[in-house]
Amino acid sequence: MEFLLFLGRRVLWSILVLVGLSIVIFAIARGMPGDPARLALGPRATQEQVADLNSKLGLDRPLYEQYGLFVAGLARGDLGRSLLTERPVNDDIRDTFAATFELVLATITIAFVIGVPLGVAAARWKDRWPDNAVRLVAIISAVTPSFFLALLLQILAGYVLHILPTTGRLPPNMAFSPDITGLITMDSILHWRWDVFGEALRYLLLPSIALAAATMGQIARITRASMIDVASQDYIEAARAFGVPERLRVFKYMLRPAFVPPLTISGLEFASLIGNAFVVELVFAWPGMAAYGVRTILQKDLNAVMGVVIVSGVFFVIVNLLIDLLVGFVDPRVRIRGRR
Amino acid sequence: MAEFETVPIEPMRLSNSYQNWYRFSRNPTAVIGAVIVIISILAAILAPYITPYPEHVGAVVNFRARHLPPSGEYWFGTDNVGRDIFTRVIFGARISLLLALVVLGTAVPVGTVLGLLAGYFGGWTETIIMRLTDIALAIPPLVMALAVAAVLSPDLINSMLAIAALWWTWHTRLIYSITRQLRGQEFVEAAETLGASKFHILFREILPNCVSAIAVKTSLDCGFVILVGASLSFLGLGIQPPTPDLGTMVSQGSAFLPDFWWESILPGFAILFIALGFNLLGDGLRDLFDVQEVR
Repeated sequence: MEFLLFLGRRVLWSILVLVGLSIVIFAIARGMPGDPARLALGPRATQEQVADLNSKLGLDRPLYEQYGLFVAGLARGDLGRSLLTERPVNDDIRDTFAATFELVLATITIAFVIGVPLGVAAARWKDRWPDNAVRLVAIISAVTPSFFLALLLQILAGYVLHILPTTGRLPPNMAFSPDITGLITMDSILHWRWDVFGEALRYLLLPSIALAAATMGQIARITRASMIDVASQDYIEAARAFGVPERLRVFKYMLRPAFVPPLTISGLEFASLIGNAFVVELVFAWPGMAAYGVRTILQKDLNAVMGVVIVSGVFFVIVNLLIDLLVGFVDPRVRIRGRR
Repeated sequence: MAEFETVPIEPMRLSNSYQNWYRFSRNPTAVIGAVIVIISILAAILAPYITPYPEHVGAVVNFRARHLPPSGEYWFGTDNVGRDIFTRVIFGARISLLLALVVLGTAVPVGTVLGLLAGYFGGWTETIIMRLTDIALAIPPLVMALAVAAVLSPDLINSMLAIAALWWTWHTRLIYSITRQLRGQEFVEAAETLGASKFHILFREILPNCVSAIAVKTSLDCGFVILVGASLSFLGLGIQPPTPDLGTMVSQGSAFLPDFWWESILPGFAILFIALGFNLLGDGLRDLFDVQEVR
């Protein structure tokens, strides 16, 4: 029951954030100087054409009415038409989102699978060489621009060692359409195509490492700090006094509470992860939503850009909602107090 | 959304300054960071005097010297139109540091004041300010800058404004959590009892206790703002050519990879170097002031 209450409060809160987000995005799209219809039609359009498009898009109505139309469009899932591809923005985003989602999933997996053990090791051997090494790795990975890391990986693995492909999602001669989930790795398993799965993983590896580095560094840092914090708690001292073996202490009694801060941080870190996806997808020619966003921005394709911004924001809010629920699951105190 | 708990910070007093300096100088991370930051800032200020070819900042073309590898004459080699990359990297660092200065110069004061107000007054003030930060946090800064660039024109000023418009949230959250803890402490209550003005309490009683946390956060942020700025110019949304910009240099040089690697790799390392300096400094300051993880 109390978990349901927690869930309800959290969902309600996410909806409020989304409403705020829609206002901000509407303000950027409409409140900025410059005439969207003029932008869309280009400098050679006549005054009548501009006025015509303005009334067609509803831009001649009062702002609150326009906002209403905008939200109604969003609620129907209608993001307007892209000027670049001349297709509905929804279709473009639906086609590209899966690639981005696959990349982000792989990235988060890498960041946690490597970051958490590094943090635990650093805390276990605090102020000794493993700690210093992890600290160095964490700082370097946090300050390397992801586009730069992407280029370095591309040169190293692609041109020098020739071990991994550097652009795209699959080899050009491999015909496979991910028609179930849109994720090639997932669908190839469902279709029992292990050759495709292997190739997809190889193509996924470099972009996701480039994207994961910064988050992994943060996670390692936070895990270290929170493991050290938990280690000084009375109940851990007590467990030590009772002679509970170290392995049991670390993995059973310390890891679970210490896991909460990195989990929360990863939710906030997710914003910069989405941001970095824009450059990483560009470098690796990954056919995702972010690459689509970059192309449309350079073409001043307002509907498409706003669509990408909205979907990124919604994605962020949903991920944070899921993370908070996960935190509530890991740490029962959160469910009762509601907030940390 | 998630809250940060921050442990109250020891107030920084003048009488401690010698002690602080001693501890600072014994902390290798902080010292290395400070040295890198000072070198970067000096190089940026003195750029016209220390660079070998200051005229290469503009649209100079020297086809006989194009794509030359690093040498004694051209330390970082030359680019595709024969300009000295070392010179352009130093001038590019100027832009990066300016970006950090402008963004944090607006975001830190705004974020701090809002955090103080939300933390001290509570109630509606708190609700409105903190919910605004939650919304702003839902938009990645890079994505926001992209959106603004799409509506206005893609240039440095617009990108800076867009980043600054979101960056204050981190400072608000930090100052808010400190203020909330200080609100009930004796020295604040004493000031209230003596009838001190709200202004006095906020800026003379509470703010000085936030200084070390702000210093740590701002130093770390300098590095991150420079990274976001570099990403924007990598995407073609930074300062427009021929003015040198580190991100733009990496992106233009990447067309000539891997043969003329120095054209993108060396400017890339320059970004890394500056960001590393601010990060090490921030990390060192954190140890010094004993501030808990702020990001």
